[in-house]
Amino acid sequence: MLERIKHMRSRTRSNLITYGIVIGFYVAVELLTAVDLLSSAFIGQLVPICAYVMLAISLNLTVGFLGELSLGHAGFMSIGAFAGVSFWVATQGRIPAWLGVLCALIIGAVCAGIFGLLIGVPVLRLEGDYLAIVTLAFGQIIVNVINALYIGIDSRGIHISLRDAASLGLAEGGKVIINGAMGITNIPKASTFTLGIVLVVLTLAVVLNLIHSRAGRAITAIRDNEIAAQSVGINLTKYKLMAFITSAVFAGMAGVLYALNFTSLVSRRFDYNTSITILMFVVLGGMGSIRGSIIAAAVLTVLPELMRSFGVESYRMLIYAIVLIAMMLFNSAPAAIEWRKKMAKKLSAAVAARKKPARSGSGKGAA
Amino acid sequence: MKKFISLALAGAMALSLAACGATGTSEPAANNGAASTPAASAPAASDGAATGTLNIGGIGPLTGGVAVYGLATKQGAEIAVEEINALGGLQLELDFKDDTGVAETAVNAYNTLKDSADVIYGCTTTDPCINVANETFNDRFFQLTPSASSTAVTEGRDNVFQMCFTDPNQGASAADYVKNNALGENIGIIYNNADAYSTGLRDAFVARAAEIGLNVVAEQAFPDDNTPDFTAQINALAAANVDLLFMPIYYTPAYNIVNAAQAQGFNPKYFGCDGMDGILDIDGMNPELVEGLMLMTPFNASATDAATTSFVEKYQAAYGSLPNQFAADGYDAMWALYDAANAAGIDADNMSHEDICEALIATFTSGDFSVDGLTGSGMTWSAKGEISKDPVAVRIENGVYVTM
Repeated sequence: MLERIKHMRSRTRSNLITYGIVIGFYVAVELLTAVDLLSSAFIGQLVPICAYVMLAISLNLTVGFLGELSLGHAGFMSIGAFAGVSFWVATQGRIPAWLGVLCALIIGAVCAGIFGLLIGVPVLRLEGDYLAIVTLAFGQIIVNVINALYIGIDSRGIHISLRDAASLGLAEGGKVIINGAMGITNIPKASTFTLGIVLVVLTLAVVLNLIHSRAGRAITAIRDNEIAAQSVGINLTKYKLMAFITSAVFAGMAGVLYALNFTSLVSRRFDYNTSITILMFVVLGGMGSIRGSIIAAAVLTVLPELMRSFGVESYRMLIYAIVLIAMMLFNSAPAAIEWRKKMAKKLSAAVAARKKPARSGSGKGAA
Repeated sequence: MKKFISLALAGAMALSLAACGATGTSEPAANNGAASTPAASAPAASDGAATGTLNIGGIGPLTGGVAVYGLATKQGAEIAVEEINALGGLQLELDFKDDTGVAETAVNAYNTLKDSADVIYGCTTTDPCINVANETFNDRFFQLTPSASSTAVTEGRDNVFQMCFTDPNQGASAADYVKNNALGENIGIIYNNADAYSTGLRDAFVARAAEIGLNVVAEQAFPDDNTPDFTAQINALAAANVDLLFMPIYYTPAYNIVNAAQAQGFNPKYFGCDGMDGILDIDGMNPELVEGLMLMTPFNASATDAATTSFVEKYQAAYGSLPNQFAADGYDAMWALYDAANAAGIDADNMSHEDICEALIATFTSGDFSVDGLTGSGMTWSAKGEISKDPVAVRIENGVYVTM
């Protein structure tokens, strides 16, 4: 087995390591939960971690592989969350829970994907800063529209208003699903860590396969040089949209996963701060590095809460900022890269030095 | 190399998971030196019925955009804790965690607290509170919120109680008050349509106004408390000849609106709710602008009764600012918990949080349990968890509140 891994193509091996990290994390958490070693605070964060990991991976597709700066990722998350959860709340008690969750996830993903298409067609003609500004505006528009949106359901069907809940004119026994700024309240929670990990693996499988496919190479070619890509006959619009919509679909799905972990859902949660946070995961994890996105999202989500329990609560925002700067420097400052290379050389030299005597000996005692 | 870093990070993460122990307890409120006199009611204090140390897990925003409210509920509560602990008998220990006003962080804070707390105090704002209330309901913690005023907080949960008015309750009584005192003919409303508190009050006010025949002629909304420009809204309100403007909003935008209206030569009467409390403390504000502004608030920091003056004095000494109604609600919440714990004979050191929860629910809803505090006297709670106390309207005259 080990021999086979050694002779694998390095890309396959790299992918396996990525899956391994996710599955290893899942197994470790399940084991530690079984022996009651995890704090309630950490267990409570598992589903949000999965959601943020999905968001970071999907945004990395747009930012890292397509090379377009998108500041509206939380907008897709929001659309997915509201669409999926509305369905989930409206069908409570009418269909089995597993089917409800499955449909909610699909509806969230599809709705976000449709918006990805609608936004993508005009927006992807823009470049660089302009694209960032339009996606930022898109995110804010979504927040404000949902803030003013009232949706109710009764025996006569679905009612929509942009004024207030009273103007929905619901019949007896009808219920308000989205109540403007108050959003959706009393959502029966349905997300579990297992569901989260399944979705993360699904996201990984789709994104990794996409970027290593013919389409994926076209996408990275567009990133590296649009004109050159066009000159060899790559259909820019098609591949740009492909990356952008895939990214939106998984953001929508992550939104459903996230929202089903809480009792209430308000659109303000998905403002530009959230978009920037997700972008931060991608940038700090390394643009174009899926594994980096996963680790950055998980670590940076846990970090502020971890500091609570280490008794540095009052300074946690400050420390968080310092950690961000430190990570940035470690990732990209020339001096840090130099140092990392030196350390890597030393490390591999040390490993080689330790391997030699073990090999020349009888094979025993190589601790 | 990349691989090595990833592995190292993953390893560090795995290690930190195991070390996630949650044992953060903050020190009790500072400067306990001053001789405390029980300012509010302390009816059961002498009984010494309750014993031990009651660990109170507090949650509210201490950083972020709504930090000012969370800090007030924390500081008001700390004043009460100091007074209560000076009495001997049951001791309170408040461990207050920051939720930044976000539901996700609030649930994290709750999860950190739940291993050590006996009761939960919070959250300050509505959306985080709904989420924490759902958790406490499932885990059976008694929860008292100083200021989360939506009915969605208590709905369907027997363990959650409010120290503040509910939004519908307050909106409706504001409409009644305007009607009964004939404060205006053409009512205008300006509200924050992105804020649950503001839309909740507005909806209740409009519904009640339709019932009792108040004439609402214009409604304007704005999306954000930091909105810089109200020209369009004020023009629309002025064009509708509004003579009384109902402002179910917080004091910062309210002051900006009054300021902008003045500049545009639009001078209606203003009527606000409890979120308006604090308008006199804005840095560099001009009291002349808000002269005559009316608001419904359960707490008046310039009242002259012994309880209020003592609280204001201590609060100013400790934090250097005037307490607002959030602080007063926090103060009352601690005394309410203390009184209820005594009435129920809680043995805080030996009872589980489930038992404390059931005992406190029984006490709060018993009908003969009432609390006299800064924000009302003879306050009682319904089985739904909603408080019953009389709303008080005040008018600003010469830069101070005068009870109407």
